[in-house]
Amino acid sequence: MRLVTAIVKPFKLDDVKKVLETIGVAGLTVSEVQGYGRQKGHTEVYRGAEYQVDFVPKVRIEVLVDDLDSTRVTDVIVEAARTGSIGDGKVWVTAVEDVVRVRTGERGTDAL
Amino acid sequence: MDTGDTAWVLASAALVLLMTPGLALFYGGMVRAKSVLNMMMMSFGALALISVLWVLYGYSMAFGDDIGGGIVGSPFEFFGLRGLLGTSGLDGGFAATSLVFTIPSMAFVSFQAVFAIITVALISGAIADRARFGPWMVFAGVWATVVYFPIAHWVFAFNGAESETGGWIANKLLAIDFAGGTAVHINAGAAGLALAFVLGKRHGFGKEPMRPHNLPLVMIGAGLLWFGWFGFNAGSAISANGQAAEVWVTTMVATGAASLGWLLVEKLRDGHATSLGGASGVVAGLVAITPSCSSVTPLGAIAIGALAGVFCALAVGLKYRFGYDDSLDVVGVHLIGGLWGTLAVGLFASASATADVDGLFYGGGVDQLWRQAVGAFAVLATSFVLTYIIGFAIQQTMGFRIDEEDELTGIDNAEHAESAYDFTSLGGGGVSTSGVRPAAAATAASTQGASA
Repeated sequence: MRLVTAIVKPFKLDDVKKVLETIGVAGLTVSEVQGYGRQKGHTEVYRGAEYQVDFVPKVRIEVLVDDLDSTRVTDVIVEAARTGSIGDGKVWVTAVEDVVRVRTGERGTDAL
Repeated sequence: MDTGDTAWVLASAALVLLMTPGLALFYGGMVRAKSVLNMMMMSFGALALISVLWVLYGYSMAFGDDIGGGIVGSPFEFFGLRGLLGTSGLDGGFAATSLVFTIPSMAFVSFQAVFAIITVALISGAIADRARFGPWMVFAGVWATVVYFPIAHWVFAFNGAESETGGWIANKLLAIDFAGGTAVHINAGAAGLALAFVLGKRHGFGKEPMRPHNLPLVMIGAGLLWFGWFGFNAGSAISANGQAAEVWVTTMVATGAASLGWLLVEKLRDGHATSLGGASGVVAGLVAITPSCSSVTPLGAIAIGALAGVFCALAVGLKYRFGYDDSLDVVGVHLIGGLWGTLAVGLFASASATADVDGLFYGGGVDQLWRQAVGAFAVLATSFVLTYIIGFAIQQTMGFRIDEEDELTGIDNAEHAESAYDFTSLGGGGVSTSGVRPAAAATAASTQGASA
């Protein structure tokens, strides 16, 4: 099993959710996060003063998938989240040792 | 005594009192979530303290007989408001023993009291997030005594109104300051500038955005200020008459024009018309029309207001250029707006308005303009110097500023042991641990029971 973690622009969350539904992903976890990448935040003007905003708001999406599905899930997320401009985010995959469904106690791929 | 005049002044006093809670909302919304309660408490603290000082000796210092030179009234003449109480007649009726124009002295006491309160509260915006509450209260009392009461005497105490002799700006200089552009706004603005220097910058000033945490509060506050300001300006006629009505109109239209002016500057300079700009423009316009509301036509009021919006919108950027942390723009709005409005009397005054003076643009020459300038800069310099001395003395003795750690964590918890917003369901919000959740308490109790 693998954990696909995607950091995307907040307004792309709906697109990503929809495309994951269409390929049959059963569940996901979403959180609001902040951070920066290579572009190192941006400047903002407010009340006549310019500020450096270091942390840009993003959405983190986490999906647990079977080994065989991880490439396809990653690909559809990347495609749905891409705008082509700076700050589109990142997607990465990590190995997962075990998964347990709390209600039934099912383990491994049965718990996905 | 005139009952209509008395009713209007008493109602106006209540309107002006509401401005201070309005200011608390206006300022409170502008600070970050961790310091909103402290910000509001500085206004409420001024409400509480100055109410008492005003009755004890403040009114007497402002409106008692001049002790000489038009500098300050005698603090003893009306100490505790003695000599101003009415008497019951044989028929159970009530007669005021002392009158100011056509109203009982006590109505004038109440109206002027709320001016003293809001002037002190206005200063607090310059030192947001970082002033200890105790020293602030000491400052408020000392400042009102040493700075406000005398300057109110200079500007508001006309010869023969409450006492035989009054202040020098009102009676000798003859500058026109209808409702307090000098005594209230230049005074508070200059004091705010001095305190911003004494307390120093907040951590992260000029680097972190420090954006307002609740703009709806700011807009409700600006709305209450605007509402109350009709008492402030139109009530200053001390009469329910045509002058009060004209002042009401100039106050309304200048404020609208100022909000438009501010928004236009923002749209052109920054690309967005912000709600903070709209609200700030309202206050800038109210400040600028305060001294000039009786001396200009409605068209003159539009010009003063629109330019006030433009000037103040540009002036709030000065603190970054010169490096003083006037956190909520008391200088940019009240000092600059107050200076502009006071000087604008010398430019836009028209003899067709009730003050019956022509300014420079209406063929009156510079006679009124220099009087306005002398009054404005006398108040500015006096307030700045005295405030700096008071602030510095408090800083050296009690310490004015909170610890760095408390400032970063939030002054609300450090000074008041409260936080404004408890949103989290995972135990009490903020750092305070006083609020134990019922569920946690129940668990603790049952654990104890099991082990017993």
